[in-house]
Amino acid sequence: MNTTTMNASRRAFLAVSASAAGGVIFGLPAISRAQNPTPTSKGAQIGLFVRIEPDNRVFIGARNPEIGQGSRTATPMIIAEELDVRWEDVTVEQLPLSIDFTGATPAWRFGDQGAGGSTGIEEAWADHRQFGANARWALVSAAAARWSADAATLATRDGRVRHPDGRSLSYGDLAAEAAALPAPKIPAPLKAAKDYRIIGTPRRVTDARDIVTGRARYGLDTYEADAAVAVMLRCPHLDGDVESFDDTEARKVPGVLEVVKIAGPAPSEPLAANLAPGIAVVATNTWAALKGRAALKVAWTPGPHASESTASFDRHCTDLLKGNGQVVKNDGDLDAARAAAATTVEATYVLPYASHAPLEPQNCFVRLDLKAMRATVIAPTQQPGGIPRLVMNLTGIERRNTEVFLTRIGGGFGRRLTNDYVAEAVLIAKATGRAIKLMWTREDDLRHDFFRPAGHHRLVATLDNARTITGWHQRLASASKYYRRANVKAENMWQPEIYPDDFPARLVPNVRLEWFAAQSGVARGSWRAPAHYANAFAVQSFLDEIAHATRQDALALRRTLLGAPREFDYAQHGGPKFHTARLRGVLDQVAAGIGWGRKLPKGRGIGLACHFTFGGYAAHAVEVSVSAAGALTVERVVCAVDVGRVVNPLGIEAQMEGGTIDGLAAALHQAITVEGGRIQQSNFHDYPLLPIREAPKVLQVHIIASDAPPKGCGEMGIPTLAPALANAIFNACGVRIRTLPIKDQLRRALAA
Amino acid sequence: MATMRLTVNGKTQTYAGDPDQPLLWYLRDTLRLTGAKYGCGAGLCGACTVHVDGKAVRACSVSMGTLAGRRVATIESLEQDGRLHAVQQAWIEEDVAQCGYCQAGQIMAVVDLLRVKPNPSDADIDALTNLCRCGTQMRVRRAVKKAAAMLRRPA
Ligand code: FES
Ligand code: FES
Repeated sequence: MNTTTMNASRRAFLAVSASAAGGVIFGLPAISRAQNPTPTSKGAQIGLFVRIEPDNRVFIGARNPEIGQGSRTATPMIIAEELDVRWEDVTVEQLPLSIDFTGATPAWRFGDQGAGGSTGIEEAWADHRQFGANARWALVSAAAARWSADAATLATRDGRVRHPDGRSLSYGDLAAEAAALPAPKIPAPLKAAKDYRIIGTPRRVTDARDIVTGRARYGLDTYEADAAVAVMLRCPHLDGDVESFDDTEARKVPGVLEVVKIAGPAPSEPLAANLAPGIAVVATNTWAALKGRAALKVAWTPGPHASESTASFDRHCTDLLKGNGQVVKNDGDLDAARAAAATTVEATYVLPYASHAPLEPQNCFVRLDLKAMRATVIAPTQQPGGIPRLVMNLTGIERRNTEVFLTRIGGGFGRRLTNDYVAEAVLIAKATGRAIKLMWTREDDLRHDFFRPAGHHRLVATLDNARTITGWHQRLASASKYYRRANVKAENMWQPEIYPDDFPARLVPNVRLEWFAAQSGVARGSWRAPAHYANAFAVQSFLDEIAHATRQDALALRRTLLGAPREFDYAQHGGPKFHTARLRGVLDQVAAGIGWGRKLPKGRGIGLACHFTFGGYAAHAVEVSVSAAGALTVERVVCAVDVGRVVNPLGIEAQMEGGTIDGLAAALHQAITVEGGRIQQSNFHDYPLLPIREAPKVLQVHIIASDAPPKGCGEMGIPTLAPALANAIFNACGVRIRTLPIKDQLRRALAA
Repeated sequence: MATMRLTVNGKTQTYAGDPDQPLLWYLRDTLRLTGAKYGCGAGLCGACTVHVDGKAVRACSVSMGTLAGRRVATIESLEQDGRLHAVQQAWIEEDVAQCGYCQAGQIMAVVDLLRVKPNPSDADIDALTNLCRCGTQMRVRRAVKKAAAMLRRPA
């Protein structure tokens, strides 16, 4: 066993656990028990995350919202490992938001409770092992006291403490005594990796039984006795407003209780609460609220973006790219490289706005008590930590007086990093004086999203006589993801659009990255793997175009660029280092898996792509067939991922499958378009998810074994699919996809 | 409207509300059977799939007025005496769910599929129109095949 040095977060944990062990048992407020029904507990709380019942059942808290990324399975596995219990004996409980407001600055009580940037596993790795080990230490100490034995001579296994003479005691038997002990003075020792029995083994989704029986509770399944249901008719014009409305018919609908106008932000203001103005209909039940909404008559004012369309935005980007942008990276001397170039390759790639479209639309329960100045929020959110402040800003209720409970969540993909729907529920609750369950319809969700930014990528590469890439110029015109954010300076708006240390920085001597600020009234936000999605498509497609133009093998070109195993600094999210060998590792894996270099029948093609996303290395290889008429079939997909130490291989595989499917749906079908300053799509008929018949029949996921600290995997599976697919399509039929989505481009190109 | 009767998960219920109300909201808001989910409200996603007289239907697109005397079964009725249905069991074994929101609807659709096609081909599975945003399609396919095998050789 090895001991680790104590770091700040562990110290913080120990301080809290000491008080917990001293008798201030962390208790869930009543409402949370309603959300997560737990039989009356006789258990003993050992630290903040572990409770052990006399019958040996082990309850482990999960702090992050579960959006389908597998956090509620993987993070408790880490605690269970060090606690040394059987996974079968573990029940996972969702922890509510807990922020300690007693100090000078608010502090997470359980650690960061967000779900974004694929950081959950990395953060859990940093503290959960110690949580588990400290709880185990307390149980061992309790046994040592019971037996008057030396704790150092005792061992644990499967939820029991064992004495060398053969005696043993169950954790359930020892839990009460363990809970009464002070926390260890030095962090309890951690297991050696070779002794792991849970970490690294495949574990199924912890809530599977609740999910398949319909018992799992999502946000929309919140039925508080005092809640009225609200739906809202929002202004369909980007930054438009309510000119007038007539609610006479709406109020006649049986069950409708109130109709209130909810103001939106002024068009130029930073966004701090809700996104769009509208009329809220509040009723005793969902159907009455929907019927009431359908009976509203509203006149809208179109707002400042009435002339914006997808075509006008594309023209705007094209015009921008004719000028000079903001240079955000300028390595070497690109102009000299251009002047000396034997060959120059150029291409422009166009990506559309995309919606998150989680299957569970936005919703939120809010109860305000404006006399006692207290609030309760139950929300499917990826960003619970922001809710107390939001409630304070809208109601004056102090942050410590807002309780926030988390439900299981029907998908996130970044949409729920923005709590605009929580703000709406608060505003409606405030305006009506009622406890409110706000529900968005699918149409609401698709039209009032914070969309993945659209953009045009112009790439230019220069090569010398030896066909070595000497210069790389990426010019991107996009509507920045930093949408109406307070405190972002104009000169920093590029930051979420281009990650300057991404491939091929430092692999090519002369690299210039240039950004152009495209203006648009479409709301933007974080969409799974944010800018990696667009940049990986452009860069990895372009590499194949270079290879084709200069008669090189696309795999060999990538290998040459990556070169000898090296480590570079990586200053953006996912750093601090980028290892060329790890990217090469996943690339080689998919090349072997797909049978790169094999002779293919006519109409078949293979393509590949690799990318470094938020600390994880991923690659895809795709095999397609394209008929003479342009019908595309994805025959086979091979995916490889290196996210460091594997905690739950089954979960990683699921995320790679999910990223692949998500990538296919986005590449083939999905675009949000604008006409007359309004979003055109409204439901899954015009914003399609991938039907099962279009999912590949064969998808192999290779997970690279590694001792590196684990990184998450929620976002790594998506960026490389689209370029690998586009490269395969080119290989199959010679049509180069430069605009997403693909839709009927192949039919049209091959008919021509 | 006149009071009508229907059975839901084997229990007789009386309904005197708006005949236009979709079954989905009656199940969720009135009976608090929340296993059927709202995903699109337009018959497009299948998250709301339940059975009426044994056949899979989309509860968001069936009005209460059409259900007099009919038998409705929801995901909550699949488990019998603590024993999961083979489709549920296969779903757990293949670890299908990610967020899980579409899964109750998927399972109800597949129970009906296997009733009609006990030995479904890939083409039969391709005909499923339930949507999943998280990308569980590959595992759904495996689970359908596993459930079919389990039903052919009951444990
Ligand atoms: S909610 Fe009924 S099909 Fe989508
Ligand atoms: S598992 Fe999330 S929508 Fe299917």
